[in-house]
Amino acid sequence: MNKAVSKTDSPIHRFTHSPFFIALWLALLFLPFKGLKAAGILFIVLFAAVSMLNMFKKYVGTMKGVFSDFKQYLLGRSRIKLPESKTRSIALTLLMSVVVMALPFYGHDYLIDIAVLSGIYIILAQGLNIVVGFTGLLNLGFVAFYAIGAYSYALLNTKLGMGFWASLPLSVMLVTLSGFILAIPALRLRGDYLAIVTLGFGEIVRLVLNNWDSFTKGPNGIGGIEPPNIFGMQISKLGHFYYFIIIFVLLAVFIIRRVSASRIGRAWIAIREDEIASSSIGINTTAYKLYSFAFGAFWAGLAGVLFAAKMQFVSPESFTFMESVLVLCMVILGGLGSIPGVVLGAIILVMLPEMLREVQLYRMLALGSGLVMLMIFRPQGLMGGKGVSFRG
Amino acid sequence: MLELNDIRTFYGPIEALKGITLKINQGEIVCLIGNNGAGKSTTLMAISGILKPKAGTISFIGSDISDMPPHSIVEMGISHVPEGRRIFPKLTVKENLEIGAYSRHRDHRLKARMIKAYDLFPVLKEREKQLGGTLSGGEQQMLAISRALMSDPKLLLLDEPSLGLAPIIVSRIFKAIQEINKEGVTILLVEQNAHAALNLSSRGYVLENGRIRMHGQGKDLLNSEEVKKAYLGE
Repeated sequence: MNKAVSKTDSPIHRFTHSPFFIALWLALLFLPFKGLKAAGILFIVLFAAVSMLNMFKKYVGTMKGVFSDFKQYLLGRSRIKLPESKTRSIALTLLMSVVVMALPFYGHDYLIDIAVLSGIYIILAQGLNIVVGFTGLLNLGFVAFYAIGAYSYALLNTKLGMGFWASLPLSVMLVTLSGFILAIPALRLRGDYLAIVTLGFGEIVRLVLNNWDSFTKGPNGIGGIEPPNIFGMQISKLGHFYYFIIIFVLLAVFIIRRVSASRIGRAWIAIREDEIASSSIGINTTAYKLYSFAFGAFWAGLAGVLFAAKMQFVSPESFTFMESVLVLCMVILGGLGSIPGVVLGAIILVMLPEMLREVQLYRMLALGSGLVMLMIFRPQGLMGGKGVSFRG
Repeated sequence: MLELNDIRTFYGPIEALKGITLKINQGEIVCLIGNNGAGKSTTLMAISGILKPKAGTISFIGSDISDMPPHSIVEMGISHVPEGRRIFPKLTVKENLEIGAYSRHRDHRLKARMIKAYDLFPVLKEREKQLGGTLSGGEQQMLAISRALMSDPKLLLLDEPSLGLAPIIVSRIFKAIQEINKEGVTILLVEQNAHAALNLSSRGYVLENGRIRMHGQGKDLLNSEEVKKAYLGE
């Protein structure tokens, strides 16, 4: 049942992780775009680079040992106290929060804009992390909840003239309810079948939004949505919106952390690891899967409302299947079931495509091959969650 | 204590249990033996609610549990050690035990029960902080049994505890089963290892093709010509 055998010793692993194979693989990927010559050059460069990287890794390994011996020796002689790791991590956290909080003062609008978008995606990805990461239910139509959240705020605001704070609880409640409604038929299914049903749900929502002209204005989308108000002040400036988003991100991370460390979180993890064992020790698997779906949908709905308020415009184009895949990538990249990991994953997957704009045509290719490389070298994601077992 | 009355279950169109009627009294060790596919594990799954019977009734201490979901059945006091152990490989031994007490979260005797589990299998105490998946097969079985005991059951269902274990470990586990029984837990044991199981049990049922072929005292079944020929390889 448990394959605890070290995979790194198998001949297949040694072959697929050799610099030769990695370089060949990527060169073949680029072959159709740049022709044989360029692919050949790429192969040689990559081969040399990966080989050097491997050697460097070994060198660093030995140097680390030497260095720590040296440090011990020095410490023994001089009795100087190095700051302890705890204070160092506090200092690092402080530094990071200063960098994050001061962003509107040094960053230009483009950067702040991306940061705001990252914030919205962090909330969205945390929602999916609950469903996929903690409970282990593959949801490929998660963007549907995001869409319902965004459209409910858009419609409540433009049709009924309700403000942000009045629509927020209503919209989020509506999304949570739709999470329950999807979960009831979907939870009779498992694994691949569940994935297909959620995929279908995502498409249904998008198609309804796209075709219900009289209500949602179809593909034209809904414009003129009001940005949120605080004490009569409209938050329309980018810098202000940035802080507004940060508050919600902190709230989401805090609440999800608390919930995942609670009895409910334990039950989710147990269900992910082994459903039959969970029900045989007295966990109500149906109920907890339902909560997981609804709780995940809740955050997606919040992200949707924020998205609509930020863009002041929604259209079905923003809620395609690719969006679901992107959010799933954030969760997997960051590490299933790891809250800081998913924050990191969301930031990387929003930032990276923007940074890669310079290579234009190869942007998606570079991103894709980067993801594949990550899955080869770190299948558990950047920060693998606690207690996640990998099958296969 | 537990009564099954004409239980029938289906896997798709296939009738796995064709009317099982059995009875377990308080404090007994009862074993179910039979060939592969006879319906032994299915019977346990029907009792613990993982598989819903299509017909028949199951009653436990006077109340009908045939329509209850598995978690309520655990709360009633029936704990199931599933076939193949099914411990949580990526949780530590301690966490495995803690989650075993999931249905008893309002009970403050969790610590006492954990100490009892460690008394029963001291090796688990040594491995307390190790991940479940790194234990040996025998230790995993011990962990699975202890985890089931964490919910303080009145009736323990054991599905092939000797599966794939060395004879010395099997005898250790069987001794533990007797100890658990002495503490007042009624036990329903499913086994391929018919000889050892019948020796341990006060009564036994022999299953064949989803029906009960015969039943009687453990010793009588051990000496029965039919059982000897079919299951004991004599």
